Amino acid sequence: MNLITIWACLIGLAILLYVILDGFSLGVALLFRTTHSEEERDIMMDSIAPVWDANQTWLVFGGGGLFVAFPLIYGVVFSSLYIPLLTFIFGLIFRGVTFEFRSNATRKRPWNLAFFLGSLVAVITQGLTLGGILSGTKVVGGRFAGGPLDWLNPFSITVGLALIAGYILLGSTYLIIKTAGIVQERAYVQATRSAWIVLVFQILITIWTALHYPPSLFNWINPPRVYFIWTFPLIGLLAFYKLIISLKKHREFLPFVFSVVFFFAGYLGLIASIYPYFVPPGITFQQAAAQQETLRLTLWGVIIVLPLVLGYTVYSYTVFKGKVGTDRYY
Amino acid sequence: MDVLLLSRIQFAVTTMFHILFPVLTIGLSLYLVILELLWLVTEQEVYYRMYRFWVKIFAINFGIGVVSGVVLEFEFGTNFSTFSQAVSNVFSPLLAFEVLTAFFLESGFLGIMLFGWERVRRSIHFLATCLVSLGAIVSAFWILAANSWMQTPAGYRLVDGRFMVTDFAAAIFNPSLLARMSHMTIASFETSAFVVAGISAYFLLQERYPAVFRRSLGIALIMAALFAPLQVYLGDLSGRQVFKHQPLKLAAMESHWQTNTTGGASFSIVAIPDMNAERNLFSIDIPNGLSLLVTHSPHGKVRGLKEFRREDRPDVFILFWTFRLMVAIGFILLLVMVWAAFLWRAGRLYQNRRFLKTLLALHPLGFLATEFGWVTNEMGRQPWLVYNVMRTEQGVSPVALGNVIWSLSLFLIIFLVVGTSYLYYILKTVKRGPDLSSPIPPVQKPAGMKSLRKARDKTRAETINTTDKRYLKS
Repeated sequence: MNLITIWACLIGLAILLYVILDGFSLGVALLFRTTHSEEERDIMMDSIAPVWDANQTWLVFGGGGLFVAFPLIYGVVFSSLYIPLLTFIFGLIFRGVTFEFRSNATRKRPWNLAFFLGSLVAVITQGLTLGGILSGTKVVGGRFAGGPLDWLNPFSITVGLALIAGYILLGSTYLIIKTAGIVQERAYVQATRSAWIVLVFQILITIWTALHYPPSLFNWINPPRVYFIWTFPLIGLLAFYKLIISLKKHREFLPFVFSVVFFFAGYLGLIASIYPYFVPPGITFQQAAAQQETLRLTLWGVIIVLPLVLGYTVYSYTVFKGKVGTDRYY
Repeated sequence: MDVLLLSRIQFAVTTMFHILFPVLTIGLSLYLVILELLWLVTEQEVYYRMYRFWVKIFAINFGIGVVSGVVLEFEFGTNFSTFSQAVSNVFSPLLAFEVLTAFFLESGFLGIMLFGWERVRRSIHFLATCLVSLGAIVSAFWILAANSWMQTPAGYRLVDGRFMVTDFAAAIFNPSLLARMSHMTIASFETSAFVVAGISAYFLLQERYPAVFRRSLGIALIMAALFAPLQVYLGDLSGRQVFKHQPLKLAAMESHWQTNTTGGASFSIVAIPDMNAERNLFSIDIPNGLSLLVTHSPHGKVRGLKEFRREDRPDVFILFWTFRLMVAIGFILLLVMVWAAFLWRAGRLYQNRRFLKTLLALHPLGFLATEFGWVTNEMGRQPWLVYNVMRTEQGVSPVALGNVIWSLSLFLIIFLVVGTSYLYYILKTVKRGPDLSSPIPPVQKPAGMKSLRKARDKTRAETINTTDKRYLKS
């Protein structure tokens, strides 16, 4: 393992953690309009209020890691995806401020809407970003050389819609853990429905990626990757099956676990089919990487600090474990 | 209008909006640490009530700080990607370390600080407050290291237009970091102290919750009394640092055109600089003032603007005036503290209505001074991105003009909405005042070993009860 590979894995890990952790926070927000009761919305909000900020920080770490390790990709991707990325930020702004404003508001309706729309925009633009990257970026001399709307196509829009379903799955299975009564009952139904939709999208996008992005098809049917790449959809299908069963049996913790595995399988399958081309086509991790000294120094920082971060993140989750109660405080 | 100018305006708008919030986060978190410590040590309920009141303002403020801060990390890539690609080897680790050592720390413990009252022991809660406060300061350290490196770059060599690291320690602890770090940290403490003082004065003027707000004001004034004079000293230190490392910037801040060859350079209290004619259209000067200030000698040589190429000069008018306004505010706040000292000696600190009204009226001044200071700092770096190495126009992203027009317009609208809502909810929270009646969360037992400790806690509770009763009787 060289430094570049380690960094690629680190960024991959950060993005995965972001997708799962902020995924369920955003998912809860996407379900905000499935109830008319402010009390139920309070419960939904309280389930994520203590952790959303820490969840979102994994994105900043992923972005920062990209800037450190692969500045060429950071520069090119952020220029080419200018509009979806800043729209994503606009969404995150409204999502984030709602936590403070809503709890202080007498009229909660505008903030309910801001919370839902902000999160919806953030989710769709994440999908557009991913879809945009997979659609290819025009690069000349290490700089982005395409147009402002290159990322917009049916494929990226489909990925955006798929993410909505995916995050609703994560959000609803998270709510099953954190809530009881009517909110939890509804979450079981929402989780089951969204799981089926996610399955359809996963199959659709897997096939579409292969057609849309030729090297991916090559990896699916040629050695060496043909020997292991098919395990990912198999794991995904198995996780899906277990997910549906656990939802039927009204288990509380397992649906979230299987949703995460389901996501993880899709994520690894995607990486396995496009690695090492992150900005396809033409740029590899090796070409895009930063100076060795930079990679090494920052990696030391990560090795020392990240275990601590993971430690207190787990601690924070144990502090707030259990159903959301009535201890609304601060 | 071109991509470069609009990108600069957008970065200015987003940073100037953002910086308001960290300033209060840094200062108010320190204030909260003090309050919780006082509560734990003295066990006086009033400190708990004070904490719970100020933490509400802290929480709203923190939330806006977080979401407006993420914007900036994105903008390095979206709007200044060429710069980012060129400097990343030296620059990006500083941002990554900020995330690792500060953002995670703040966001990880903020939940416990705000919602953990009934779930953790008091000592853990106090630790959470301390770590959030530490995170805020560490965050400032890294971001100032990055900014200072752009002002006084060190520890690198250029290879084909890319900055390669030669010495990380030198890059982080670049020549202007310590001056800038101390100046900014104390600015945050001082600004926050005056905000707390102003809001406390508001309640004292209305004679609401005097017990809470006398203490609040007292502690804030002690902080302000320490930091106001210190800040004037650190400001001077910063000025001399600029003189040493960025003489052109200093000349522009002082609108000093001609290098003094015989005698000292004079200090202009006010001036109207004319950049085309290379002179001041009008000025009121103190002879030898500038030489005294920056060289500490009446005839010290101070290089004038004319010694530098025209195309390298920053905007003299803006620098001259933003710098002066910042300094003026520093001295106004210092004067208020002198007045406070006299009132304190006369024992009339909480009664003098004119003083309280002044505190209320002046409480936003620290924010203004911070903004003026940053405009001086950043406009003074122009026309460079990395001082004397990479010009601003070389760093902009290859994006379409329409992109930047679109995003800048949306930022303006969103900041208007968010900023207005922020003020509205802060005022609402303040007006509602502290909550003096809700029960204080019980002392939490550590998790596990419950049965074992139960018996011991029971006896202890009885002891405390009897002590309390004895105390109340006496």
